[in-house]
Parts: sequence; C-alpha cells; structure tokens
Amino acid sequence: MPEIRVTPLGAGQDVGRSCILVSIAGKNVMLDCGMHMGFNDDRRFPDFSYITQNGRLTDFLDCVIISHFHLDHCGALPYFSEMVGYDGPIYMTHPTQAICPILLEDYRKIAVDKKGEANFFTSQMIKDCMKKVVAVHLHQTVQVDDELEIKAYYAGHVLGAAMFQIKVGSESVVYTGDYNMTPDRHLGAAWIDKCRPNLLITESTYATTIRDSKRCRERDFLKKVHETVERGGKVLIPVFALGRAQELCILLETFWERMNLKVPIYFSTGLTEKANHYYKLFITWTNQKIRKTFVQRNMFEFKHIKAFDRAFADNPGPMVVFATPGMLHAGQSLQIFRKWAGNEKNMVIMPGYCVQGTVGHKILSGQRKLEMEGRQVLEVKMQVEYMSFSAHADAKGIMQLVGQAEPERVLLVHGEAKKMEFLRQKIEQEFRVSCYMPANGETVTLPTSPSIPVGISLGLLKREMAQGLLPEAKKPRLLHGTLVMKDSSFRLVSSEQALKELGLAEHQLRFTCRVHLQDTRKEQETALRVYSHLKSTLKDHCVQHLPDGSVTVESILIQAAAHSEDPGTKVLLVSWTYQDEELGSFLTALLKKGLPQAPS
Amino acid sequence: MKLYCLSGHPTLPCNVLKFKSTTIMLDCGLDMTSTLNFLPLPLVQSPRLSNLPGWSLKDGNAFLDKELKECSGHVFVDSVPEFCLPETELIDLSTVDVILISNYHCMMALPYITEHTGFTGTVYATEPTVQIGRLLMEELVNFIERVPKAQSASLWKNKDIQRLLPSPLKDAVEVSTWRRCYTMQEVNSALSKIQLVGYSQKIELFGAVQVTPLSSGYALGSSNWIIQSHYEKVSYVSGSSLLTTHPQPMDQASLKNSDVLVLTGLTQIPTANPDGMVGEFCSNLALTVRNGGNVLVPCYPSGVIYDLLECLYQYIDSAGLSNIPFYFISPVANSSLEFSQIFAEWLCHNKQSKVYLPEPPFPHAELIQTNKLKHYPSIHGDFSNDFRQPCVVFTGHPSLRFGDVVHFMELWGKSSLNTVIFTEPDFSYLEALAPYQPLAMKCIYCPIDTRLNFIQVSKLLKEVQPLHVVCPEQYTQPPPAQSHRMDLMIDCQPPAMSYRRADVLALPFKRRYEKIEIMPELADSLVPMEIKPGISLATVSAVLHTKDNKHVLQPPPRPAQPTSGKKRKQRVSEDVPDCQVLKPLLSGSIPVEQFVQTLEKHGFSDIKVEDTAKGHIVLLQEAETLIQIEEDSTHIICDNDEMLRVRLRDLVLKFLQKF
Repeated sequence: MPEIRVTPLGAGQDVGRSCILVSIAGKNVMLDCGMHMGFNDDRRFPDFSYITQNGRLTDFLDCVIISHFHLDHCGALPYFSEMVGYDGPIYMTHPTQAICPILLEDYRKIAVDKKGEANFFTSQMIKDCMKKVVAVHLHQTVQVDDELEIKAYYAGHVLGAAMFQIKVGSESVVYTGDYNMTPDRHLGAAWIDKCRPNLLITESTYATTIRDSKRCRERDFLKKVHETVERGGKVLIPVFALGRAQELCILLETFWERMNLKVPIYFSTGLTEKANHYYKLFITWTNQKIRKTFVQRNMFEFKHIKAFDRAFADNPGPMVVFATPGMLHAGQSLQIFRKWAGNEKNMVIMPGYCVQGTVGHKILSGQRKLEMEGRQVLEVKMQVEYMSFSAHADAKGIMQLVGQAEPERVLLVHGEAKKMEFLRQKIEQEFRVSCYMPANGETVTLPTSPSIPVGISLGLLKREMAQGLLPEAKKPRLLHGTLVMKDSSFRLVSSEQALKELGLAEHQLRFTCRVHLQDTRKEQETALRVYSHLKSTLKDHCVQHLPDGSVTVESILIQAAAHSEDPGTKVLLVSWTYQDEELGSFLTALLKKGLPQAPS
Repeated sequence: MKLYCLSGHPTLPCNVLKFKSTTIMLDCGLDMTSTLNFLPLPLVQSPRLSNLPGWSLKDGNAFLDKELKECSGHVFVDSVPEFCLPETELIDLSTVDVILISNYHCMMALPYITEHTGFTGTVYATEPTVQIGRLLMEELVNFIERVPKAQSASLWKNKDIQRLLPSPLKDAVEVSTWRRCYTMQEVNSALSKIQLVGYSQKIELFGAVQVTPLSSGYALGSSNWIIQSHYEKVSYVSGSSLLTTHPQPMDQASLKNSDVLVLTGLTQIPTANPDGMVGEFCSNLALTVRNGGNVLVPCYPSGVIYDLLECLYQYIDSAGLSNIPFYFISPVANSSLEFSQIFAEWLCHNKQSKVYLPEPPFPHAELIQTNKLKHYPSIHGDFSNDFRQPCVVFTGHPSLRFGDVVHFMELWGKSSLNTVIFTEPDFSYLEALAPYQPLAMKCIYCPIDTRLNFIQVSKLLKEVQPLHVVCPEQYTQPPPAQSHRMDLMIDCQPPAMSYRRADVLALPFKRRYEKIEIMPELADSLVPMEIKPGISLATVSAVLHTKDNKHVLQPPPRPAQPTSGKKRKQRVSEDVPDCQVLKPLLSGSIPVEQFVQTLEKHGFSDIKVEDTAKGHIVLLQEAETLIQIEEDSTHIICDNDEMLRVRLRDLVLKFLQKF
C-alpha cells in the first residue's frame, strides 16, 4: 500500500527549529532546517541522526526545501549540510537565497564572537552551504528528478516566503512554512490554487487567535508613538532587520507624511539599511500597491527615516529609533534601552514575540528591575508596550487556506500543543478531513491510493466516447480493453490490437443451437414469423431479414430448416460467437417459448 | 492539428495553433515597417517637411498631392502612420482560447486582437514581458497622440490608384488592413487580460493541454513555449539568444523530444556579429564626440539599450568621454531604467549575484547617480534647460517616423559633424533615412541583433532533434540580397515545412495514445498474466468517465440484483441483455486429447473423435452434440439445452486465454 510518512524533527507541537521529514512515493524530502531560539545547547538544532543512523544524508534525502529566511526555518542549514554532511540540492526562492546567508552570518557572529561558542559553523561553511542552493521562481515546476517535482506559492510572511507543493505522480503534499492570509502594507496575501493535496502541512502559530482588525492595531501603535513624541519622549522599537521592520517603517513614514511631523526617525545602521536595499531590488515580491507605484515612489526609500548614529541617543528632545535585535538581548537596541529606560517619558514598543531569558521577555512579563552585567541594576521607568505585528495567519486564515487547497488531510506544526488541539477539532468538524499534530520524533503514516496513469489507444477511446454520446447510453458504459504492461510502460488497447501486437491469433468460439418449433408452414414463412416476432420484441436491436431467408439480430444468425423426420416441426439454427454470448443465450430462451400466433 | 499563419513577418510572428480541442495564438506581433511609407511626425513644426511638394502622376494629374509628398525622389504618405496587422479573416479570432506571448516585442498587436475581434480568452506572459511591453505600448501611443494630425489619407489605398504609385508604395501589401495606433484605454484593457506566469510553470488548459514558458535568453522575461499533451509535444521557439547579455540563459534541454518545433524570430542580420557591432558603436560614438559632434542613437526604450549603457559605463572613462552628457529621452525612460533593476530573478547569473549583495544589477544606476546619464520624458521641459552639446542622445522611435528622434534628425541632420548610429535591426536604415534626405550628418549602421543565427539554429536542432520543423518561408532560402549564401538558411532533415502569411498548415501528427487514469480499486482487481517474458496483459472491463477532458476508468458497478432465468421470462422485453457488455476475445488452441479427457472427467461418455482436414470433430452422441475443433476456432453445435451448452462452453474456455 503506498503511503505518505511525516516526522517532525522540530516544530512538532512547538514553535522553533522547524524541520519536517516527508516520505512520499519513495522520495524523502526535508522541509526547513531551523534552529531553536530558546536553547543554546544541542537542542537548538534538529536531531539529524534520526534521519539515518549510518549512511550519508545525501543518499537518503532527495532534497531540502527552505520556506523562508527566518532562522527558526534555516538556522541549522550550514550545520546540517557542512558539519553533518549533505550535498544534495537545497531549494529556496531568490529573496531567501539572497538574505539567508546574511542572517546566518549574523547569527554566527553573535554565537561565536559574542558568546564565544566553539564548534560552530564558520563563514566559509555558510558560503559552501549556499553553493548547494537552487533558487526557484514562484509557480515554477522544478523537476528534482524524473518523478519528484516541487512548486512554490506566495506565502506573504516575509519577503520571499513561500509555500511548497511536493508532488510525485498523482500524490502530493503542501507545506505552508509560515504564511499570512491578509495583505499588509508591504506584502501580499498568501495564495494557493485548488491543488487538492493528499496532505496539507500547515503552521498554526495563531491556532486559537482571531485577530482584531489590523487597522486598529496600527492606529493604536501610531497613537502611542505620536503621544510619546508629542510630550517630548523618545520611542525605542527593537526589531529584527528584515520583515516587521519594513512594515513598521512604511507605517510611520506614511503617518509622518500625512501629519507633517518633524520629529526624527532613525534606523540603526548596518544590516537594516542593507535590508531596505533588498526590498527595493525584490520589489516584485511585495504587494500590488507597492509594485504599481514604485517607479514614481519606491516605498523603501524613506524620506523621514534616517540612518542612526550612536551619538544620537544622547540628543535631547523626542525621536523614534528602530534598533536591532528585536528581543533586546544584545547589540544596539539593548544599548539604547539602557540609556532611555530611566525616563518615564520614554517608551519601548515590542512588536514581536520574545524568547524566554531575553531582556525583552523580562520587561514584557512585568519585571521593572533588571540585573545587568557587572551587577548593575537597571530600573525601568519607561513605558513598555507589546504589539503583535507578526505576519502569521490567524485561525480564520488557516481555515481559509485549508478551504483554498482542499486537502484530503491536514497536519499541524509550528504551534503550541493546546492550541493545535483546538484547531485540529475545528478543522475535522468543518472540513470533515482527518487532522494530525505529531510531536517531534513522532511519525504519522497516511495510506494513499494513487490512481495509475496509462496510455489508452486513441482508437479505443474514441470508439467508447462516440458510443457514450448515443442518447440511449444513459447507463454507465463498460469499456473493454487489454492492458499491455511492458517494462514500465502501461498501455490500454483494444483486445484485437493486443492480440495483434503480441502476434497471437484469435480463437473463435461459436455456438449453434437447434431450437425446435411447431410450425407446419414453409421454412421461409417460419423465418418471416421469427423476424416479425423479434422485430417487435427487440426494439433496441438491429433485426434484419436477409435475402437468403435468414434473420440476423446484431451479429447473431438465425436460419430456419425443415426437420428431417417431422414435417410439422421446423428447426431454428441460432448461431453466435462467444462475444455475443448474452444475447445469443437470451434469444434461444426467447425462441424456445415459441412464436405468437400468426395473425390470421 | 493545424497552424494558421497570420503574419508574414518572421520576427514579429502571429500564428494560431489548433491543438487537440484548444485554439492557441502564439504571439501577436505588429509589423511596423509599414510606417516607413509615411512622413515623419515632427514634434516641433518643421518648415522643411511641411513644404515638401505634393506628388503628381506622370501625366501631371495631381489629385493625390494632398495625400502624397515627394522628398528626394521618394514618395511618402502625409498622414497618421499606420501599422500592418496580423491577418484577421483567416480564422475567427473570437474562438481563440489563449494567447501565449514570448517577448515584449511580439505583443504589440495585442490590443487589436483582444479588443476588436470578440476575443474572450486569457493571455499568458511573464511579468517582465508585460511590464516592459506596457512601456513600449505607452511610448508608441504617446509618440503618436502628442502630435495630432488632422489628415488621414485613404485615397492612395484604392487598389486601382496604388498600382500607379512608385515603389515601394506600389508594392506595399495588405494596405487595406493597415490601422492607426490604438489608444491607451485599449492598451490597458488588453493588458488586463494577461495572466502572469513564471518560467517552467505548467499551465493546464481545459485539462487537455499543458503550456509552459521557458527562458529564451533574448530579453528580460522572454520565453519560448512548450505546448503538450501526454503524448504530443509542440515547441514554439521565438526570439531566442545564446549570447550572454543580461537575460537568463536560454533553456534548450526542455525543447527536446518535440514532435513539431515552430521556429520564428531568428536574427534579422545573420551576417553581423553583435559583439563586433558594439565595438564599432563605441568607437564611432567616441570619434564623433571628440570631433565636437553629437551622436543620435534611435532606439527602443528597453532591451539592447541596457547593454549599450553597460558597455559605455565601462568605456567612457577610458575613452575620455567622462564629461560628455548622455541623454535618454522617452516618455517611459525613467520607468524602463527603474524596471530593469527589479527583475533579478529573470537576469543572467552575474547580474543575479549582484542583487544578492545587494547592488543594482545594471550599472546604469551608477551612471544616473553620477549624473553621466540623464533621462527625460521628452525634449520639452527640463531637457531644454539642461541640454548641452556635444552630447549623446538615446531616443525613439527607431523607424524615425515619430518620437523625439524626429526632432534631433531635423536639428542635427545638416551638419556633417554629427552622427546617427543605427543599432536596432527592425527597420532598414536607408528607408528610415529617406524622408530626411539630403542629409549631411554621418550615418553608421551597427545593427545589434542577439537572436539566433543559422549556425546556432542548426546546432540547436541537432541538439533537440524535433521530428518536424515549421518556420517562415524566409528561413528556407538564402536572403534575397545574398542569394549565394546557402549557409544563411535552415538546413534540417526532414526539410522544414515553411509558411507564409495567410497559410494554413496541417501539422504532421500521428496521435495514437491519450492518458487515462485507472482508479486504485480497479487496478487492484486486475489480474495480469505474463504472456511473453517481460510482457504482461490484463483484461480491463471498466466504466469510462470523462470530465474536463480527463479520462478515468472506474470499477464496473456490481449488478444490483442477479437476474435469474425465471425473472427474465416474465419481463422479457425489459430484460433484453445489454449488448454493450462485451465478452473478452479468446486466444490459444484446444488440445483434443486433453479436451476429451476433461469431458470424460466431467461425466460425458460415448465420445467419438473424428479427424478432419483442419482439425477434429468431437461427437457427444448421447447429447446429439458436435464440437468442431480447429487451430483457431471451436464450434459447438447442440440442441437448445442451455445447461449443457454452458457446461461445454466453460470446459472449452478453460483451454483458452482471454483478452
């Protein structure tokens, strides 16, 4: 029995370290290769030894697919390919291919240079790893080998984020990666066609949330920023360089423009400035509006947002600063935070999720006295706000995607177990499809029943189709043919053709039955009586009276003969071939009952 | 399968392919060489052009002098320029299901087709093709609309009058179908019917046919198309290039195994080497500017200009041209330069890697930043303030009949210091220059056509090995001007089928198979038997379902209730057996001895076997039954005893194979 097997090595009932193994029709595909932000030990990377105990990963895996550039989806890639060892193809979209190595390098620097970790992947390994990447276009059908094909769909989560369809023959799996079903200020909404996969593997970060309108959240955000700068305060917005940063920049830029505000907005330098360049060059991946107007005005060329200089932090007066990283765990955002935390006029806005252990997480959970290195205690007097601008689909969006793709089954990853459970029931109720949510290391096996494609000879098909068009053929028709299986080619041809191709002769099996009739009239008249009887009985059949006196019903021949002994009896010879078995048998039974009395 | 050929222009094709149940238009090129017969449209009133003498017949009859003007021995139509449309009468264009566009030059007739023929289908093209195609159309409409011309000449088109005109007007074809330019509204409506596609995307048409665009290497987003079903494949090759310029390289491998390959859009200048031409372009440009002259480059706003700017970027400093201003004047100049930078995914590998840095893929960004290249929507406005000479001007239209180029021809034509350099291959430069004669400025002809030449084509055909090649007739003979160059034509076996405008070709297809899906339940029930080593057969009796051109075989329905003989007797007329329930064919032969043994085993006695010429007769004397057995046939003759007959039948069948 063919089957699809799915094993999450990460992101099974969890957020982070996305890595899902899929086996479909004998092909093995690894979906994403992420790191876990909450761990600094072995648990930070997926356990690749699960894939194969002894033997090379390259031999076992047909390909690796990366859905987008976030580190929880690609952070383990250089470790996987260069340190564990994988030389097969790695597929991702062009923007992901462009941005991924930069984030990996950034991650490496923090891990090795700042935290002093040993045995981490090197810059060269990132480069070598990226050499194995094959970039894919949206909707391009990429033939991984003769049987396995993959296709990317727009996911709208970050620049270059994609959902992937993995297909072998008539069996297919769709993996969503992270996606967003509502267009935002710089990205479009995820879209997939009614591709009816056997299995849809979807993220479920916001499995139980139905978010309020984005407009409200945006208004809230703008109001808070505006109020703070109006009263002379400074606003710190810790962000990651790519993704939400651009969204919020566009939001503030348009607001500043509309309100004609003069308060400076800064963007911390380095990566972020570079990041805006990527958005400019990959503008075809942004939403319709930005794409349409980019010649007149490129939305990523900000008028009000200037590059930040370290010294600006001490400037008097209000300002807004976007600084990296997003969880306040190191770098420029933390430096600025320490400078501004003591003033209650100031505000820090956390626009995304913060992992436990980071300063971001601490202040969001209400902690106001922070112990910094060197036993310093930092008192946080500034206002702390949390505002979710993550571009994930909410429960409504996930349901919408399931409706769009019409999968046979659904499998949830990238979410918390409790919330998944709720969504799982909802999906099973609403769509009447099975829904699974395996934990890490747990395998889900789904039997499939793929149909078998064969070539049918055009002659046979046309003959059948022509007959199917006849008005009386309302009943389903039976098609008869012979399936010729030679090597791996399957052809359905008419039986005659099959015999001919194989050089076999047909063996004709014929029956002739003698039916005795009481009839004193001449043979010719008997035949005529038989003819009129059959003609009136068998309205749907072609009944003919031939010049030689015989009667035919379709291809069945009936001849009347005199009885050798009894002149009052006539013998009807009914003759048919095996192919007309039913009709022949029926006719003899019918004739046995005798003929109706001839009209006098 | 048929191919309707609606255009006679080999590089601006328009063909309609009827493939299975679909009607597919391949490109809709607009032949603009017709405009060469018209007077230029000057942006600024030109006394020279408005004072040209009217043309009169040899006998002095001057009734055409309002419509036709004479300039240096050539006659031009003084009217709004008109274009030669693809054939619209050969096939009902409202029946076209889809239009496949291969590159932005081959879609210029789109508004005529989609807006005025009852077309209701979908157009497929890549994103760069659509965006740049829009720019080309916008520019064209702008060029023509901003110089409104009151006069529209039609008298000369009268067949009887046209005969009397001098060449080339006399020989102009299909003049009655020539049309004025479309409007922006029509352009927008036409473009709204386009659906964007990516390279190697498989697009299903009505379940019957799959079409796929492939990179063709000629321009940004340019594609060749594969049109295929499961057993037939047509490749449509249009405007392809193997040179490494800016676009993604051509995908050749996917063209393999085609039944038919339709080949259009080869180089128009097979004898010119594009690299050599670029070199000549640069040196002539430098020479003119150093001598204090101006250089005019008539060009399209996208395409080769990107490559020329890149060459100049590398060349100007070393040639000491750093202080010479370069102007790019077109209503879409800015858009074109901006758009070129955002199609990273459609660019060659080198340019793609630049985007990954991230840097703009084309160096003209830097030329603009450093003020070496300036772009303007037209000669009016800012340009007139910034204009410094000597300078280099890139502007359209390459036909020299409309656009800002007309102004520069009038302005610079009188001085031999200036040079006009022709790089676009679409128009004969001598004809383009005719209404400007006599001319003092230098004319340099450096046509840059990166499309396939005949050597590359023959290599390509050897590589992909199509069963048949179809191409415009121009490619099956040497160019008229070089009739001895037998190398300048397509050479393949079997010889290419050629077409000309308004031809209908029957494509040599032998369709023999169609794909059908066997449902898993049915597949499980099949019993294969090995007939010969490696060949197995299984008889299939199944229900055929056809929906949306997809065929599926399902298991036959189980009989709802077994029809017994008794029942049949009661309701004879209703229970007439369905003659459509066919029995399988039989094969094999019956060994008489074993057959007799089997009969005996089943209780038949008194069996007599007689030899005949061709076989045997088995007599069951008691049952008055006779069985004739021959090599390829068996005949059972018996009384009307159904039980007996069926028993005998089943015994015979045991010895035979069913198909």
